[in-house]
Amino acid sequence: MTTADGKPLKVSLRRALRRQRIWAFLLVAPLLLFILVTFIVPVFNMALRGIENPQVHDIMPQTTSALKAWDGEGLPAEPVYAALVADLQAGYKSKEIGKVATRLNYEKVGMRSVIMSSARHAKRMKDGPYKEAMIHVNRAWGDPATWRLIKRESAPYTFSYLLAALDAHYDDNGDIAMLPQDRRIYVPLFIRTLLMSATVTLFCILLGYPVAYLLANLPLKISNLLMIMVLLPFWTSLLVRTTTWIVLLQSQGVLNDLMVWLHVIDDQGRIQMIFNKTGTLVAMTHILLPFMILPLYSVMKTVPPSYLRAARSLGANPLVAFWRVYVPQTVSGIGAGSLLVFILSIGYYITPALVGGQSGQMISNMIAYHMQESLNWGLAGALGLLLLVIVLVLYSVYNKFIGIDKIKMG
Amino acid sequence: MAALPPYTSTLERVWHYTYLAICGLIFLFLIGPILVIIPLSFNAEPYFTFTHAMLTFDPAGYSLRWYHNILSHPAWIQSIKNSFIIGPAATVLATVLGTLAALGLSRPQMPFRGVIMSILISPMIVPLIISAAGMFFFYSSVDLTQTYMGVILAHTALGIPFVVITVTATLSGFDHSLTRASASLGASPSHTFFKVILPLVTPGVISGALFAFITSFDEVVVVIFLSGVKQRTLPLEMWAGIREQISPTILAVATILVAMSVLLLTVLELLRRRNERLRGIRA
Repeated sequence: MTTADGKPLKVSLRRALRRQRIWAFLLVAPLLLFILVTFIVPVFNMALRGIENPQVHDIMPQTTSALKAWDGEGLPAEPVYAALVADLQAGYKSKEIGKVATRLNYEKVGMRSVIMSSARHAKRMKDGPYKEAMIHVNRAWGDPATWRLIKRESAPYTFSYLLAALDAHYDDNGDIAMLPQDRRIYVPLFIRTLLMSATVTLFCILLGYPVAYLLANLPLKISNLLMIMVLLPFWTSLLVRTTTWIVLLQSQGVLNDLMVWLHVIDDQGRIQMIFNKTGTLVAMTHILLPFMILPLYSVMKTVPPSYLRAARSLGANPLVAFWRVYVPQTVSGIGAGSLLVFILSIGYYITPALVGGQSGQMISNMIAYHMQESLNWGLAGALGLLLLVIVLVLYSVYNKFIGIDKIKMG
Repeated sequence: MAALPPYTSTLERVWHYTYLAICGLIFLFLIGPILVIIPLSFNAEPYFTFTHAMLTFDPAGYSLRWYHNILSHPAWIQSIKNSFIIGPAATVLATVLGTLAALGLSRPQMPFRGVIMSILISPMIVPLIISAAGMFFFYSSVDLTQTYMGVILAHTALGIPFVVITVTATLSGFDHSLTRASASLGASPSHTFFKVILPLVTPGVISGALFAFITSFDEVVVVIFLSGVKQRTLPLEMWAGIREQISPTILAVATILVAMSVLLLTVLELLRRRNERLRGIRA
C-alpha cells in the first residue's frame, strides 16, 4: 500500500509518528534543560562534596606523587620529606596550606597545629637532609600513622566524610572503626529523624482518616464547605503556621493560660510544650495533615457505599464490616498519603529549627549547621548525600506504586 | 451519613455523635491555630495571649499598633516589595515553561515520559536544605548569589512541579479528538492552541500558577542561602524576627498572609467550579 505521493504507507506512518515524538519532546525540552541546570546539577554538586577531597591532592601535589611509591610500612624515604618541605613552603607562600591543615584536622585532632607549625619552620629550611630536620620540628613526622593519614587523604575522592556521617572513622592503621558509643552523633540523629517522621505520619493517619471519611460521605455541598477547613491550612504560609504554634504552646501562651484559668494546672505548673520534641511533632503534624487528607479523600470518594451495606446485611457487625470491607479498599490512599507525608517530613528544616529546641532537631538542621556555622562543607555534603539517598529510594517506591503524577493538591 | 436511619441502635447513635465530635476536634486542630492569631494581632499589649481587656471586648484592649509597626519599618516594606518582585517573576517563568512541558508530556507519543516526569517533580521531593545548599555552591560559582536573578531562578525551579502536576492533571481529561477536529476544519496549529486547547486548560494553568506563586511567596530556606541584604523577602524577615525576638508585629504580618491565602483559595475555588461547569456542559 502506498500513500498519494507514492511512498509506502508504513514508512509514511513511521515518519509522521517520529515527527510527533520530536514535537512532544521539543515542548518538554526547555523545561527539562532549565531544571537540569538550575536544580539537578546543583543538587548533584552538593552531594559530590560529600566524597570530593581536593585539599591535599591539589595543595600538596609533590608529596602526593612522592607518597605513591611508599608501601605504608615504616617511615617514608628522604625524597618524600623533601617533597613535603617543598609543598609546605609553596603552600605557606600561597596561604593555601591552612586548608590542608583544616582538612587533616577533621581526620585527626591536632593535625592543624602539626601542619601550621611545620609550614612556618619549613619556610626557613634551605637544604637537606630534610627527614631528620622535619622529625625534629614535629615528632608527628616520625610516626608512620601521620604518613598513612596523608597518603590516604591525598586521593582526590574519599569516604572519610561519609564515614564521619555514619559515626565511623579510619583508625591509626587505616581500618574502618565505629566511634565509641558516647561520641556517636549522626546515626542517632538519623534514627531520631526517621522515628519522628514515622510518628508524624502515624498521627496524620489517625487524624486524617476520620476526617477524610466524613468528607467523602457527606453531601457534596457540606463537604465542599468543610474542605475549606483542610485547604486553608494547606494554603497558609508554613512560617505562619509554625508561629501560631509558638503562640499557642509557649509557657505564657494561649493554651497554658487557658489551662490555668480552668484550674487544670496552677500558675507555677505551666507545661513546656514548645521548643522541644513535642512542639516539633505537633506543628509538623498540623502542617502535613492536609497532604494525608487529600489523597485519602480522593480514594474514599471512589469506594461504593453499597459494599459496606452489603457486609452489614450479611451479618457483619459495624466494626468488622468497617475493618475488613472498607479499610482494605482505602489502602492505596493510606499508602499514598503516608509515603508523601514521610518523604516531606524527613527533610523538614524550618519547623524543627524554630520550635524544636534541642531535642526536636532533625538531620536537615545538622546539615544547615555544618553549612553555616562549622563550615565543614564536606561533612554537610556527606550528610546531604545520605539524606538524599533515603529520600530518592522512597520517591522511587512512591513513583512505582502510586505514580508521581497522581499527587493530589486540592 | 447526614441523617441516621430509624433502625439505628442506641449504641450506634452514641458512636455516631462521638465520631462527629472527634471530627469537630480535628477540624478545630486544623483551623483553630490559624484563627487564633488574627485577634491576637490586634492586641494593645506586647503579649502573645488574650489580655483581660481583650476578653471583655474593651476597645482599649485592641489596637492597630503592630500594623503601624510594619509600615514604619523600612525593612518590612522592602521585604514585601521584594516578595512581590520575586514571586510574580518566578510564577511567570514557571507557568510558561511548565505549561509547555505539560502539553508535551500529555501527548501519547512522548518518549521517556516516566523518567522525565520524575525529574521535573523532584524539586518538590528533595529536602529543601539540600536544594538550598546545592544552589548556594552552584550559583556562587556563576555569580548568581545575592542577585534577584538567582533567587528568581531558584524559586522557578521549586514552583515548576506544581504547575506540571496541575496542568497535566487538567490535560488528562482532555479529549484529543478536539484538536483533530479543529485541524480538519482548517485551523493552523497555533490557532488550535489559542482557540481550543488554551481555553480548556486555563483553569489548570491558573491554579498551577497560584501554587507556584505561593511556593515562592512562602519559601525561606533557599532565600536564606541565596539572598543578599537587598533581596530579603517577607518570609526571611519573619524567620529572622521569630528567631531573634518574636514580637507581635510578626502576628500582624501573619494575619496579612492568612488574608492573602484566603484570597488565593477563593480564586482557586471559583476556578474549580467554573471548570466543573465547563466539563458538565461537555459531558
